[in-house]
Amino acid sequence: MIAGSSLIQKQVSTPPVVVENLVKRFGDFVAVDNISFNVRAGEVFGWLGPNGAGKTTTIRILLGLLKPTSGKTYVLGLDSNLQKKEVHARVGYMSQQFTLYNDLTPWENIRFYGGVHEMTPAELRPRIPEIIHMAGLEGREKAMTRTLSGGWKQRLALGCAIVHKPAVIFLDEPTAGVDPISRREFWELIYQMADEGVTVVVTTHYMDEAELCQRIGFISQGRLVALASPAELKKAQMHGFVLEVTASNPEQVVRILKTAAQTKQLLLDEVALYGAQVHAVVPDVTVYKERIRALLVANQINVRSIEWIAPSLEDVFISAVKFPAENKSV
Amino acid sequence: MEEMVIWARELVKQFKNDKTVITAVDHLSLEVASGETYGLIGPDGAGKTTTIRVLLGLLNRTAGESSILGFDSMRSTYPIRERTGYIAQSNVLPADLSVLENMHFFADIHGVARAVQEKNIPELLAFTGLGDFTHRLAGKLSGGMKKKLALACSLIHEPKVVFLDEPTLGVDPVSRREFWNLLENLRVEKGLTIFMSTPYMDEAERCTQVGLITRGRMIVSGTVAEIKALLPGHLLEFVPSPFKPAQQTCLPLPGILEVQVYGEKLHIFVDDIETRRPQIEAALASQGIRHNDLREIEPRMEEAYISLVNRHNSTSLGKVQSCSGGNK
Repeated sequence: MIAGSSLIQKQVSTPPVVVENLVKRFGDFVAVDNISFNVRAGEVFGWLGPNGAGKTTTIRILLGLLKPTSGKTYVLGLDSNLQKKEVHARVGYMSQQFTLYNDLTPWENIRFYGGVHEMTPAELRPRIPEIIHMAGLEGREKAMTRTLSGGWKQRLALGCAIVHKPAVIFLDEPTAGVDPISRREFWELIYQMADEGVTVVVTTHYMDEAELCQRIGFISQGRLVALASPAELKKAQMHGFVLEVTASNPEQVVRILKTAAQTKQLLLDEVALYGAQVHAVVPDVTVYKERIRALLVANQINVRSIEWIAPSLEDVFISAVKFPAENKSV
Repeated sequence: MEEMVIWARELVKQFKNDKTVITAVDHLSLEVASGETYGLIGPDGAGKTTTIRVLLGLLNRTAGESSILGFDSMRSTYPIRERTGYIAQSNVLPADLSVLENMHFFADIHGVARAVQEKNIPELLAFTGLGDFTHRLAGKLSGGMKKKLALACSLIHEPKVVFLDEPTLGVDPVSRREFWNLLENLRVEKGLTIFMSTPYMDEAERCTQVGLITRGRMIVSGTVAEIKALLPGHLLEFVPSPFKPAQQTCLPLPGILEVQVYGEKLHIFVDDIETRRPQIEAALASQGIRHNDLREIEPRMEEAYISLVNRHNSTSLGKVQSCSGGNK
């Protein structure tokens, strides 16, 4: 009785994805360095990091495909390492490559994945039309999968990944290379699933995709360097402020500012050309607006404006990777 | 037109097999002036790679005209090859050669004299930050470093123009930023003309000129500011709950120009913020729909692309809108 009630309680109160003091070493190399975070039920969570940062390793450990060196991970209250079969039965996984059978129809692909998940014909009969409808594949259920365009294949791959109604789904760069309109449609589906209580974990280094997540974890060199919503990250995690300089001869502006940064005349973290504008990351808005203006004017540059602009998520990402120690989890 | 480094006029490329004709490039026109960074932006299958290959003379065009540095793409492929660098999307560097050996290999292919190589190679290695890895095998480089090596190899014969086909695909944001900084230095320091294709809408912001293409057609070209200026009205963003009823409530309201779904958020283009915001809030309240503050946001290239593609498809005029005033 006591064991039973505590189990129920655990299901109610435990977040569907839990990572506790996770460490993974490959020989001398520390791939994951003492990471802890939770993903809440029904949340769309982005898991970001440069290549080789430990992103995929974390996901593989969560799915029980790799053993942690130390620490624990739980999916739906199940220990990934000790109960991987149970974990697999309850999660969905969609990879970048959309592992679909091109010489099967969408209908057959869905049935195949249902079979892999040991669904009975009675369970599959109502489920296949549901998936076809969700993926917007009506009228194409008998076409060869290879003839479908990228956006359709992607929605079919998502459908196959959720045929067994998983409570948690892991998506690995799900919309890489898909056109922006299809990508929007795909994310509409993701949020429909989240509304129905499915927890979604998205691995990506596609900033447009990260921007669509409710909360983001940034991993760099095996360490969690930021954990917050995209809006909070832009406010709190950015090291410095982004100034946008509009002036005659932007190429010349870049040269002048880079020289000033190199000679430590000005403390500029990043100087980069964005079309006709120059972006510079500065430690202080008011002071640096004036100092940059003065320097440019002294160099005979006609300065039209210097504006403080919101950083892009990419700016934040690069800042978090450069200055990991100064970033604290929100 | 003649002084343009790259131009195409009504360029068409069709692929034919037994039964079907696929038009990959459909009456596409563009112009790139010296020292520009031109971004050809569009999703997979839009015709970006085919356009680059036809411009370079690697594929024969079906109709139209194009030229690089005054040389006709189809008739003068050798002069073009001598003066342009090209990184193909599936660019493969010999994996069993070291960084330095790769550089010599590509230099020899391009017939660069050894004496010139002795000067160029160290410069390019320093420029791309590969100086510390000269003896590492290309196969052992990270994704970002491979791209830098490919860039260095494409510049070995001192081209005036480089074509980069999705050079940042699959590269993480840190390496992507470094790669773009290299491109910017090339343009600023050496006056190189850069023509690149990318599926990433945010990379448009770093180009001096962009062309948006879909299904082989140029929808619009110009500077980023010019393209964004084509968007109708102003953009409001908010998170409604429940979502679908909110979308349906907003669509028929007066002054709503376009509704886009952005994840859990609604993006609504309105003709006037001050009058429409309270109207939308009242309509949502009357349906019992909860929402956060309706914020005005700056449209990004992605919103511009979606809006312009939608407009292009609905009018199906297929006419190219040029912001830069067309023929100069």
